[in-house]
Amino acid sequence: MEHLVIIGNGVAGITTARNVRKLSDMQITVISNETDYFYSRTALMYIFMGHMRLEDTQPYENWFWEKNRIGLLRGHVERVDHEKKVVVLDQGTEVPYTKLVLATGSRSNKFGWPGQDLPGVQGLYHYQDVTLLEENIAGVERAVIVGGGLIGIELAEMLISRNIPVTFVVREKEYWDNILPINEAAMISNHVREHGIDLRLETNLVEILAGPNGRVRAITTDKGEEISCQLVGLTPGVHPNIDLAKNSGIPTQRGILVNDFLETEIPDIYAAGDCAEIKVTDGGRNRIEQLWYTGRQHGQTVARTICGHPTEYERGIWFNSAKFIDIEYHTYGFVSNVPRDGESFFYWEDEGRKHCVRLVYDNTSKAVTGMNFFGIRMKHPVCESWIRDKKDVEYVVQHLADANFDPEFFKPYWEKIVAAYNQQFGSRLTAKSHGGFWAKFLAG
Amino acid sequence: MTANTHAHHQPSKTLKIAGLILFLLGLAIFTVSIGIGEYRIDSTTLTAAADKVPAETLALLAPLSGETFQSKLAALDAIESHINTAEHPLQDYQLGVYKFWILKAAVSGPLRDHTLLFFFASIILASLGALIYILPDIKSLPGIKHNNIFFSSTMGRGLLGILLGGYLIGFYILLYWYPEYIVNVIVLLDPLSMFLRKLPADQWFLYGVLYTLAVTVMGVRMYMKYRHNRYHLIRTTSVIFFQFAFAFMIPALLERFNQPSMDLKNAWPLDYTLFTDWRLSSLLDGGTLGTLMLIWAIILMLVVVPWMTYRYGKRWYCSWVCGCGGLAETLGDPFRQLSDKSLKAWRFERIIINAVLVLVVVMTVMQIANFTSDGALFSNYTWRVNQWYSFFIGSAFAGVIGTGFYPLMGNRVWCRFGCPLAAIMGIIQKFKSRFVITTNGAQCISCGNCSTYCEMGIDVRWYAQRGQNFARASCVGCGVCAAVCPRGVLKLENTAPGSRYNVAMEDLMMQDISESSPFVK
Repeated sequence: MEHLVIIGNGVAGITTARNVRKLSDMQITVISNETDYFYSRTALMYIFMGHMRLEDTQPYENWFWEKNRIGLLRGHVERVDHEKKVVVLDQGTEVPYTKLVLATGSRSNKFGWPGQDLPGVQGLYHYQDVTLLEENIAGVERAVIVGGGLIGIELAEMLISRNIPVTFVVREKEYWDNILPINEAAMISNHVREHGIDLRLETNLVEILAGPNGRVRAITTDKGEEISCQLVGLTPGVHPNIDLAKNSGIPTQRGILVNDFLETEIPDIYAAGDCAEIKVTDGGRNRIEQLWYTGRQHGQTVARTICGHPTEYERGIWFNSAKFIDIEYHTYGFVSNVPRDGESFFYWEDEGRKHCVRLVYDNTSKAVTGMNFFGIRMKHPVCESWIRDKKDVEYVVQHLADANFDPEFFKPYWEKIVAAYNQQFGSRLTAKSHGGFWAKFLAG
Repeated sequence: MTANTHAHHQPSKTLKIAGLILFLLGLAIFTVSIGIGEYRIDSTTLTAAADKVPAETLALLAPLSGETFQSKLAALDAIESHINTAEHPLQDYQLGVYKFWILKAAVSGPLRDHTLLFFFASIILASLGALIYILPDIKSLPGIKHNNIFFSSTMGRGLLGILLGGYLIGFYILLYWYPEYIVNVIVLLDPLSMFLRKLPADQWFLYGVLYTLAVTVMGVRMYMKYRHNRYHLIRTTSVIFFQFAFAFMIPALLERFNQPSMDLKNAWPLDYTLFTDWRLSSLLDGGTLGTLMLIWAIILMLVVVPWMTYRYGKRWYCSWVCGCGGLAETLGDPFRQLSDKSLKAWRFERIIINAVLVLVVVMTVMQIANFTSDGALFSNYTWRVNQWYSFFIGSAFAGVIGTGFYPLMGNRVWCRFGCPLAAIMGIIQKFKSRFVITTNGAQCISCGNCSTYCEMGIDVRWYAQRGQNFARASCVGCGVCAAVCPRGVLKLENTAPGSRYNVAMEDLMMQDISESSPFVK
């Protein structure tokens, strides 16, 4: 019988397993060195903050795996022998496979800073990092976080939930402004400060210093400052975890190289999720996608291919979401931090600096190509259809309420947004739909 | 420099601690009051009890006149042995009522001499203390406030949670079945009761006051916690209003003016005594007002409940109007994460809640048959079934377990597993309603906040991560799943009944293959 072995029980590996089971009766084994059961990595912060326990972050109950005949094996895979078609565990056990999926995820970046491996210095990616953080916060008077991306701000939120003062060292001019346009970036910087986080912008880490006990005692920055701290969180992003593939002769570059079918160059070996690097043949940069939903989509796609329905991975229109402490963020389509050639921005921000909307549109066709929403929830399918159908910016500005996904009774901003648009462009548009609760209540 | 900006948004710790101390002090004084005082039987006692106890029974107490008991147990023993004799045997329920009123009248000592002082030093002090603990939170920034919940002994089913559960369970047992043992604290409510109702306080008045205070004070906590979320602000205002006006003030005023008293929002079959002979008689004998009340109760049950549930789902009642729901959404909110999310619990829930529904329907048919046949049909059985239901379901399940188990099994044990009105509305909600929880495309990150904070134990994430709209029968529409979602994936909506449900995103992806696959289960 066919035996599918999946290395990694994160969202890509588990989605593969679940969908293969929907389509096939083959034997399935998922090997993980991290946890006994699949949990949501995105929820790690909530475990540390006491919002949930590990078991609450597990999307399926423990009986689910046996019932669906998905074998779970806890262990560390040493290497893959693709000639013999076995994976070798560190105790020397060999597990034979007929098909193999590498879903080994990512690792935290470290950029060779002096002192980066000292006790008290850590990243945040694995469950073990949360356990380690619990140990590392003992007696901490101040923590420093280096790297202003999504994980950095999560780590900052985690630490302030335990009343640990945080200094947040960010290379950019405003938080994450290599991705976010400056207004949004400044809004989040402001929000970070509002939460009592000591935000140091345009600052780079130089060195992490050890104290007499061998643990971290301070960092120095390129501004010549020494910041005393007992914990350093390094969160300058992640990179594909390719060690296993590399050691096993499976071709890699930044990630594990795969084609659009997520097949590696070795027969019957696939890669999915964060660790995969999808080769782009028509001249672009190879794609590495390190998001929850891309991992899930990789898993769905590769499951089809494995089960004899070869399917090319097609991500569709880009979207993402995040939550910056208390400010939710939805993005659809492509929004770069400064307008690209041939495109323009429309931006509106509420006085309270907690809500904003940015629309990116093509100068010639006026078609909307990207949208940022902060503090306003928007419907994924509607926003996606606007971009797909090339709705022009005036249409979108007038119909924003149609895509709204805020809870009932929430304050509508539509009139204000349209007014801001009219003011900026001298137009006389009106909000076409209001979508407020009372409108719906009465129309019901 | 930085520590100060931080402190700027921190609620004052000193105030919070002071509030907590005052609350605990009030609670301690209240609890200790149960044992304060002595019990004197004299002419004053007999006069005070005369409204509630027949003169011939009181006459039997003559030999005790002038006696003072230090011990409540001794007093109760003595009273019982005098009023319940071989020559004048009493029914159990009469005995209980008489003992209660005689002993309450007999309470003497500091509680009697300084009733208002003790009332303020216990119930009012505890309420103020709780408010002083809660109100400083207005300084914290708006947003989800779930930090450290699972590390909390009270909210994470630790020792304090177990102790609190034990306290609540004990209180309910005394309140429902042994009210004569807590007459002392009921005395404290006499001034308020006389002021509002012109009636002496009984255990139900005590319960009503505590209940309304709990909903209000913990409602203020909800205002602090969810001031960024208007859905929660409005529905919290609604439950406070319905508790204060409909469950507490209107019945009190009706009593004051000697009218049939009724909680006008309490719908059948949550109100399971509506069709008993004694309730029907009292309403029908209660003049125009009584008749109108009965008509309203029937309209509420036959028209308002089904229609509103069709329009808005059962939330219009369960998390906006209902008393049990009101307490669960306020006092119970800190415990919502303790509900059981397992499939096993869901299976159990469906069996037991529908069993209670069947039971109450059978009982109601018996009540109506009994009433319309003037007692010819099911006479004895109706009484027994009523008693049985009232003991096991109305008191043990709804009260002792329903509220006493807040810190152990979450705040909706009764609503989820027992309430027959919730069962009826659940059936309407699932099969014929506009209410649905919609999910937002592929934005779900499976974090589990929605499921964890679902007080009904619905595994919301199961649907959210599949991109599937859903309306589970048990959902009370509290809206917390949507509030805690960090990715804006869930929304409570009233929509066209035909288009409520969708094909899950996940199934769309596999649809073309799986339709022909033999392995799909």
